[in-house]
Amino acid sequence: MSASDPDRGSAVSDALHDPTTSDSRGAQGYPGTDGARDLPLETYVLSVNGRELPVDDAWVGESLLYVLRERLGQPGSKNACEQGECGSCSVLMDGAVVASCCVLAADAVGSAITTVEGLTGEGELSDVQRAFIDQGAVQCGFCIPGMIVALTDLLDRSPAASELEMREAISGNLCRCTGYGRIFAAFRQVQQERAHARA
Amino acid sequence: MPAPSLPATFTRRRRAPGLGESVLRPDAPPKVRGEFAFSSDLYVDGMVWGKTLRSPHPHARILGIDITDALRMPGVHAVVTQDDLWGSRTYGLERHDQPVFADTVVRFHGEPIAAVAADHPELAARACAAIKVEYEVLEPLVDAEAAITAPPIHPDGNVFRHIRLRHGDPDATGDVVVEGTYEVGMQDQAFLGPESGLAVPSEDGGIELFVATQWLHVDRDQIAACLNLPREKVRLSLAGTGGAFGGREDVSMQIHACLLALVTRRPVKMVYSREESFFGHVHRHPAKLWFRHHARRDGTLVNVESRMVFDGGAYTSSSTAVIANATCFAAGPYQVPNAKVDGYAVRTNNPPCGAMRGFGAVQTSFAAEAQMDKLAAALGMDPVELRLINALKTHDQLLTGQVITGVAPVEECIRACRELPLPPAADPGADLMTLPGGAGRTALSHNVRRGVGFAVGFKNLAFSEGFDDYSSARVRLELGADGEPVATVHVATAEVGQGFVTLAQQIARAELGVGSVVLHPADTQVGSAGSTSASRQTMISGGAVQMACAGVREVVLERAALDLHLAPADMVLGDGELTTKDGERSVPLADALRAGPVEAYREFHHAPTDPLDENGQGNAHWSLAFAAHRAVVDVDEELGLVRVVQVATAQDIGKALNPLAVTGQVEGGIAQGLGLAVMEEIVVVDGRIRNPSFTDYLLPTPLDMPPVVQTWIEQPERGAPYGAKGVGEPPTISSTGAIVAAIRAATGRPLDRIPVRPDDIALPTPTTAAP
Repeated sequence: MSASDPDRGSAVSDALHDPTTSDSRGAQGYPGTDGARDLPLETYVLSVNGRELPVDDAWVGESLLYVLRERLGQPGSKNACEQGECGSCSVLMDGAVVASCCVLAADAVGSAITTVEGLTGEGELSDVQRAFIDQGAVQCGFCIPGMIVALTDLLDRSPAASELEMREAISGNLCRCTGYGRIFAAFRQVQQERAHARA
Repeated sequence: MPAPSLPATFTRRRRAPGLGESVLRPDAPPKVRGEFAFSSDLYVDGMVWGKTLRSPHPHARILGIDITDALRMPGVHAVVTQDDLWGSRTYGLERHDQPVFADTVVRFHGEPIAAVAADHPELAARACAAIKVEYEVLEPLVDAEAAITAPPIHPDGNVFRHIRLRHGDPDATGDVVVEGTYEVGMQDQAFLGPESGLAVPSEDGGIELFVATQWLHVDRDQIAACLNLPREKVRLSLAGTGGAFGGREDVSMQIHACLLALVTRRPVKMVYSREESFFGHVHRHPAKLWFRHHARRDGTLVNVESRMVFDGGAYTSSSTAVIANATCFAAGPYQVPNAKVDGYAVRTNNPPCGAMRGFGAVQTSFAAEAQMDKLAAALGMDPVELRLINALKTHDQLLTGQVITGVAPVEECIRACRELPLPPAADPGADLMTLPGGAGRTALSHNVRRGVGFAVGFKNLAFSEGFDDYSSARVRLELGADGEPVATVHVATAEVGQGFVTLAQQIARAELGVGSVVLHPADTQVGSAGSTSASRQTMISGGAVQMACAGVREVVLERAALDLHLAPADMVLGDGELTTKDGERSVPLADALRAGPVEAYREFHHAPTDPLDENGQGNAHWSLAFAAHRAVVDVDEELGLVRVVQVATAQDIGKALNPLAVTGQVEGGIAQGLGLAVMEEIVVVDGRIRNPSFTDYLLPTPLDMPPVVQTWIEQPERGAPYGAKGVGEPPTISSTGAIVAAIRAATGRPLDRIPVRPDDIALPTPTTAAP
């Protein structure tokens, strides 16, 4: 059996769940059987929620999401698709919302990263977080950290966003539990509260 | 009572609210702060990463597995295959026919072959890649109809279950007859939190598993058998569960993680990728359904004939119960005096299918409701009127001959739904984003046609067919450190997002008159709560908590009555006080607790049900829930694009114990119904899943979801705690059918398959041969 016989599979393609999709890592075979020695390591510092956090001897292939969750003790950003489709891993990178699963952690050196854990002080709730609780926008809650990051960003950038603009702004954030109705209600609550506070 | 109308913005409450009020979730603050520990967030020092190697073939013989290279890799701690099992080699919810690792034969694309434990997830993936598996590829059996008579692909045969239901005179004929064949694609639960957990070996040789699941005890029993451990040495705790919808009722990574932990003597964490998740859990059954409806000229149904084949994929899972629901509820919530239904659930080399929200009732509802519209057209009747004429009510019989004893407000649901406000007419100047196709901005408003559709659905609540369905609760009432009474509720109920944690506190507060209620983490150190499925936990675990609280209350009443030289029956437990019925004298609850804590353990069992007999007849179900849906859609026929403009619903809920939670369940369930109607399908070609990602498996986004207008029919169900019915599934059953009916109304297309694809609307209808 050889790697060039796609119908019969091979040691390489066996590892790919779907041999019909191309996986750039696997196409030419993995680097052999040296294991950890084939994982090039790097040491760097990330700026997360205003703190400089060292990342020691991390494989360079690790995503920002992985490093936040598994190395820096910040598991608030979630891992639902790990290919930038669901928004659960949304963080702010230099003020812009990014899917942290699609950012190499080593590439985030020098950027200011804000995760859901950094939106408020310990034990505090932002008005957006409070509105999610009040309006019943939380069920299983897995999408919620990413949703909160995205809506916080929208409401800060565009306080008078229309409902359609809001839907578009979070259209990359999937929620499987709520059907979004209560999330939209949370958005309206924050807009009303902020409008009231300005008046 | 009408539900809060949309766009309701709930007012924040100041006082501690009780049952029937929109109490906020206790787990919401940690969830919005990112502090809630989901099963994929767990970490313990010294843990290693588990990873599964899966088959790239849907059907193959395994000629050899060589793990030498993988084991030799530095940082790899273990590789386990079928050769390393020491306990049961198979598991399963209903029948133990699914191998822990493919045992000589592979029966579906993605079946586990081996599991690896390594220091880093990338290393685990590379170790999987280094395992050499030699396959003899076999022709997959992928046609469910053919599977019925094909040579068996498993020693247990290819037919999981055939239910032959015969009711009344199965050969009765009507004046008007309509016939149709329908098809339902494979839907995925697509819970966002991937399958994950942490297995930790314990000092007594047992195992502790922290995992996201729907039913801790049924996982435990399957794991214990496969590890050959006594049940008490397998301790499960519920980890934060990121949704479920049926997809966590079966075991996924549980046994593999525990095997690796016992072999390596280290904690093992496993987290599926999204791709692996598509291979790692069961899906909603794809189905083909043929129906022939007979009616009198006045619209009264005479007979419903049906033959349906559900593709259960490679292993049984819950197929036998899914096909029972599909068969029992085949005709929809209507009075049907005669019926002849043959329901088959069969084994193929397609991905295994099992539980998903609606559980068998979804597939038949789509077909049966399309038939009702067809019948209305043949009769020249309004489709809603036809449904009203035939609506089931209390004391009517189901197709199984069972007389409905609970509330069955089908007519009320239909009427209330019909009365809900329609959306404003399409605005020709509307933002192009709001047209079909949305962000693509491809539709033209003058090409858009609007349609309205209606559908009604129902299903059973809790488990049926003689299953002893119960939940257990331990409640303890004592003085807290501050000297105030505090209740602790210990249930194994899996909180998967539905909100039982809120309800358990509401019940304990209401029953015990205390402000402070602590929930003990859900684990296997208390009796089984049964599954978080079948819309059952509000009723069954809610009932167990209520009973345990009542047990505690009896004891404190006895204590107080003894103090006052009265009988317990002379006293009531109010808000922090035990008071005589005349209100003259009272004892603070805290005083009654000074003698020590009070604890009670109770089980709630729902009324017994019977198995179905050889004609599919019997009192197989306990309680039923109904809902009507009306959908409004805009369709661009040229492009085949659909936008759902509004979904309205009236749902039979018994009693709303937490209106905010009910609102969320209804909206969320309708979103999943919308997904099945117009976008969600796992595409399986020759047994292979072609779209295992959120790039190619489309879920409704915030731009796809229309406003949901809801109202509730509140008629308390006797025998159910507080009269409440489960509410999770009915929103998913007939919302799909209503949306497709609306697309038919807009386009005139037959649309006998879901999800409806652009091609089905935009391209000429192929001429189909009679079945």
